Amino acid sequence: MHVLTDNWSAYWHGFLGTLWLTLVSAALALVLGVVVAGFRVSPVKPLRAFGTGWVTVLRNTPLTLLFFIVVLGLPRFDITLPFFTFAVLALGCYTSAFVCETLRSGVNTVPVGQGEAARSLGLTFTQTLGLVVLPQAYRAVVAPLGSVMIALAKNTAIAGSFSVVELLGTYRTLNELGYGIVWTFVWIAVGYLVLTLAISALFNLLERRVAVSR
Amino acid sequence: MTAPGEGAGEGTGTGSGAAAGAPVGEPLIELRGVNKHFGQLHVLQDIDLTVGRGEVVVVIGPSGSGKSTLCRAINRLETVESGTVLIEGQPLPAEGKGLAKLRAEVGMVFQSFNLFAHRTVLQNVTLAQVKVRKRGKAEAEAKGRQLLERVGLAAHADKYPAQLSGGQQQRVAIARALAMDPKALLFDEPTSALDPEMINEVLEVMRTLAAEGMTMVVVTHEMGFARSAANRVVFMADGRIVEDRAPEEFFADPRSERARDFLSKILKH
Repeated sequence: MHVLTDNWSAYWHGFLGTLWLTLVSAALALVLGVVVAGFRVSPVKPLRAFGTGWVTVLRNTPLTLLFFIVVLGLPRFDITLPFFTFAVLALGCYTSAFVCETLRSGVNTVPVGQGEAARSLGLTFTQTLGLVVLPQAYRAVVAPLGSVMIALAKNTAIAGSFSVVELLGTYRTLNELGYGIVWTFVWIAVGYLVLTLAISALFNLLERRVAVSR
Repeated sequence: MTAPGEGAGEGTGTGSGAAAGAPVGEPLIELRGVNKHFGQLHVLQDIDLTVGRGEVVVVIGPSGSGKSTLCRAINRLETVESGTVLIEGQPLPAEGKGLAKLRAEVGMVFQSFNLFAHRTVLQNVTLAQVKVRKRGKAEAEAKGRQLLERVGLAAHADKYPAQLSGGQQQRVAIARALAMDPKALLFDEPTSALDPEMINEVLEVMRTLAAEGMTMVVVTHEMGFARSAANRVVFMADGRIVEDRAPEEFFADPRSERARDFLSKILKH
């Protein structure tokens, strides 16, 4: 127990780092995921091809490799950003591929007639998707999207190896101070649990909300 | 050819007021040499069809004859491989905003109703008015309620589609299409998914529309409706238009063997 109380500030900073990294990357992943899912179901062939390419590349690249590409690759094009921003880019883009596929499978649960009716009324593709199809896909998507977000929260641990302050990284400091490795990690694990259980609870709530509507 | 008729921009077609048999106006929907395949199946073969303003054309034929595909090709829910589809003399664009704009002028009623399941009845009727016609919310709701009144469903405005019977849902779908002030309405087997007792409430609404001069293309198996409300009956078989005649002539004396065979099967029991 004293590992935690003695080093409350280190843990707290690490936890905040992980929380913040998760929230910002999740926001980026959701926005990109919706856009790329839109591309993948659009009637425009180049957009579909781009969407497919995006998902194929990002979903099939190990996240650590992606971090290396972003952190070492972008500076070669004179793009130098804070490490936090690099980490958000890597995590956000990587996760967007999974968000996209989750949304796309949700879109496929909506009967085609819904989209046809919308189009027959003169709604454009974007309106059809945004006003008719995605709102109905949403209920099928909530639960798997929760899993994607939990995976994202855990994936933020990789950012610690790239100079970003986050929860897992606190073990190095504590290790140097001579604390026992087991309890150091137990408290780190508890920190991740707090975050992931909170995400679970949030998505359970969302699930119950969509269950009562309609 | 350029767009015929200066009256094209006037909106709702109240001009001809055609009851069955009355003279009809200039061409509103034209299909010229339209072809389409589903894999090996040549589902539309050199289709030529002209529907005049105020005309009610009923399309009948055995299943698989291509009549639904024909109906859906008119607003390009089904793409065609060759030939042209013209609405008021304008060729239907392949995609994008131009296509959406023309679709707004041609309402469609589906076999499976396709009401927006996540929106109330009133929202179903107002959504496209606000988003496509850019009407204010109050104006759209007033028009929506007036149309729901017209199809006898004003009391159900705040329900969700799943809470209505099939016949009621289909009447809402008609109101939803009418809310756009369309120049023509397409009906793709509007009563085929309904219990028998609900068919008439939908046909009654359609008869009223026909009598008021709405241009309609109706794919149906309701021969009673074809006889009483149609200006023309188009008989399709194997992807071709086999006969295109006034209903009384067609039902009394079908010219083709195919049509005689079809009628004998559906009328004799």
